[in-house]
Amino acid sequence: MTLFFAILFYLAFVIFTVGLGYKIYDFARTPAPLSIPTTPAPTTTAGVTFRMAREVILFESLFKGNLWIWLFGWMFHMGLFLVLVRHLRYFVDPVWGWLAFIQPFGKYAGFMMAAGLAGLWARRFLVERIRYISTPSDHLMLAMLLGIGLTGLSMSFLSHTDIISVKAFFLGLMAFDIQPLPAHPALFIHLSLVALLMIIFPFSKLLHAPGVFFSPTRNQADNPREVRHLAPWAAQIEKS
Amino acid sequence: MAAPEFKIPEYREFPTVPALVPGAMAHSKPYIANEKVQEGIGLPAKLADDWQVTHDKAIGKFGELLGKYRSLKVFMDSCVHCGSCTDKCHYFIGTGDPKNMPVARQDLMRSVYRRYFTLPGKLFPKLVGARDLTKDVLDEWFSYFWQCSECRRCSVFCPYGIDTAEVTMAARHILDSVGYGQKYSNEILAKVNKIGNNLGLPGPALEDTLLGLEEDVKEETGVDVRYPLDVKGAEVLLVTPSADFFAEPHIESLIGYGKVFHAAGISWTLSSYASEAGNFGLFNGDYNMMRKVAMRIREQALELGVKRIVVGECGHAWRVAYAFWNTLIGLGNNGNDPYSVELQKQLDPRYKEPSHICEFTWDLIQQGRLKFDKEANDSRIITFHDSCNVARGSRMGDYPGGQFEIPRNIIKAVANKFVDMPSATIRETTFCCGGGGGVLTDDLIELRVKGAFPRMEALQHVVENNGVNFMATICAICKAQFSKVLPYYGFNMRLVGGVHQLVSTAIRLGDEQ
Repeated sequence: MTLFFAILFYLAFVIFTVGLGYKIYDFARTPAPLSIPTTPAPTTTAGVTFRMAREVILFESLFKGNLWIWLFGWMFHMGLFLVLVRHLRYFVDPVWGWLAFIQPFGKYAGFMMAAGLAGLWARRFLVERIRYISTPSDHLMLAMLLGIGLTGLSMSFLSHTDIISVKAFFLGLMAFDIQPLPAHPALFIHLSLVALLMIIFPFSKLLHAPGVFFSPTRNQADNPREVRHLAPWAAQIEKS
Repeated sequence: MAAPEFKIPEYREFPTVPALVPGAMAHSKPYIANEKVQEGIGLPAKLADDWQVTHDKAIGKFGELLGKYRSLKVFMDSCVHCGSCTDKCHYFIGTGDPKNMPVARQDLMRSVYRRYFTLPGKLFPKLVGARDLTKDVLDEWFSYFWQCSECRRCSVFCPYGIDTAEVTMAARHILDSVGYGQKYSNEILAKVNKIGNNLGLPGPALEDTLLGLEEDVKEETGVDVRYPLDVKGAEVLLVTPSADFFAEPHIESLIGYGKVFHAAGISWTLSSYASEAGNFGLFNGDYNMMRKVAMRIREQALELGVKRIVVGECGHAWRVAYAFWNTLIGLGNNGNDPYSVELQKQLDPRYKEPSHICEFTWDLIQQGRLKFDKEANDSRIITFHDSCNVARGSRMGDYPGGQFEIPRNIIKAVANKFVDMPSATIRETTFCCGGGGGVLTDDLIELRVKGAFPRMEALQHVVENNGVNFMATICAICKAQFSKVLPYYGFNMRLVGGVHQLVSTAIRLGDEQ
């Protein structure tokens, strides 16, 4: 099992970083030929940064759109964020002071994450409009994330695993020195789902994470009368 | 008015979201552009007889657009089906057809994207909702991407800023490129390219109209207000939607512009060659077409030697002018490349180029150069309909949101009675009139009437509670659309008019300045 997970995580890591890196490169190289911010929009770069920060941290547009989706979505994402930060402790040794400090917050954020996911999933069944637009992959994605959350929570609060060995396993992976992974069913499920999620990340709607930063309606300053936005392919037309 | 063959939506006691009625608007299709129209604007005459040819061409174009437009690429990848947009489209609210939910409309295209351009869609199409491009799918595109007015309301509420307008434009561009064009829009593009305006009014007809206007205004006010055409060396070139030249109530605003220029003593001219501010190239997502239409204005600005360019009351025209002219034809400020410098060194850098007529008038009001008899508008209780492209695709003045304040400021400067419609239906969350984005045609009348429903509901609210009897707006399409659909909801068609119609009523001509 140790070898299986070692290979799986190397594979997942490569697909995740190369795939995501390629997508980000692909977004970045594709020109935005016209100025299309959704107005009213900030007129300066600083203003755009602030708008983007509100979008990414507070989900401002979603808040305007639908309070329930915002509530569940925000709970899930903020929970996930804290949980992810908390998991850094498996990859650094010694554990930094602030990282040790936030451990309890990350621990309970897992509940927030799971509750948010459950709420989002419930809406896919209960709200007619959202049931209509949901695809099987939308359900599977939520099932996977919830599975990750619940197995994680179960290891924190119900049936502990040997986290010292888990840490040794991951530190070992990073040093190409494979250490035994404790045999624990919840851990196996947890890690398998995480690896799977990493693998599908660059090919799925999870691309909304980098996507939001490249969204022209949100990342452009409203300055078209002052600045000419000329894409390379559009400049070619001018020359012909 | 003949009785409609469809049911007009009923006002809701509470603004509940309509239940889904799958297929409610599946029958809605505009007329297809004929071969002559298509070829006239350089597009394939019709669909190829061999489906495979059309299929390959469409997918090829799709791939090309994905490489050219970051918006399309990011929007295809980023949607998580959260549902925030699902109840925001006026066509969905008016029809209940689930494919008029913005996300579902996008998915008509995204499903094809996933099938041909993503790995999971190639491997597991069912799982991710991917599907092959078939003739049925293309027909569905033609139906539902002509049920979008590209108003961008959904983009306000999307956590990733996904703008269905961009998706609709791309879909229409693909349809055009395989010979599946829409009659109304493509006929208009043919006319503007040939004659200079969307209505196909030739120069002599414009001249007649403007002379007639001068006589009318003289008769009414006793003052010689001029409506000049093709005057070299005028300070301002006014570019306005061609509907302003003859349609009601549009022409009332044109009269108003002329009075403003007269009262301020600023020389101005219209152009017969560039007699159209509207630009239907936008609606079809065709950059080259949009540029070609706009190019007439650049050429005329250079030819006439004007110092300033002002755009009349038209929503999408103002979006194209404000947001795209600098890019398309180098008409703006601060150009540093040879192409834009050629025009921009001629234009007066003290003014925003281009300026909206409302910016122009409001500047003059602030400088005290215009005087009004506000009481002249006292018979009117006025509300203001924010036009979608002005509200969510442009700006006026120096600060974000100026596009909402400046027209309202003008109304309040020229009239005493103003009241806003409910806040969820104005400003950045304004509802489209239902006729924008290239659907202002009688073959889509059911769509237009149903799409106007949320605006009509908001209007009804202020009519009932505040006695509103005048809805001002600054868009030629809004004016034409409302004139047509207001009667379906029991309103007088004359309830709609322009902001400069109000200015026209109250402005003092003569030597007050």
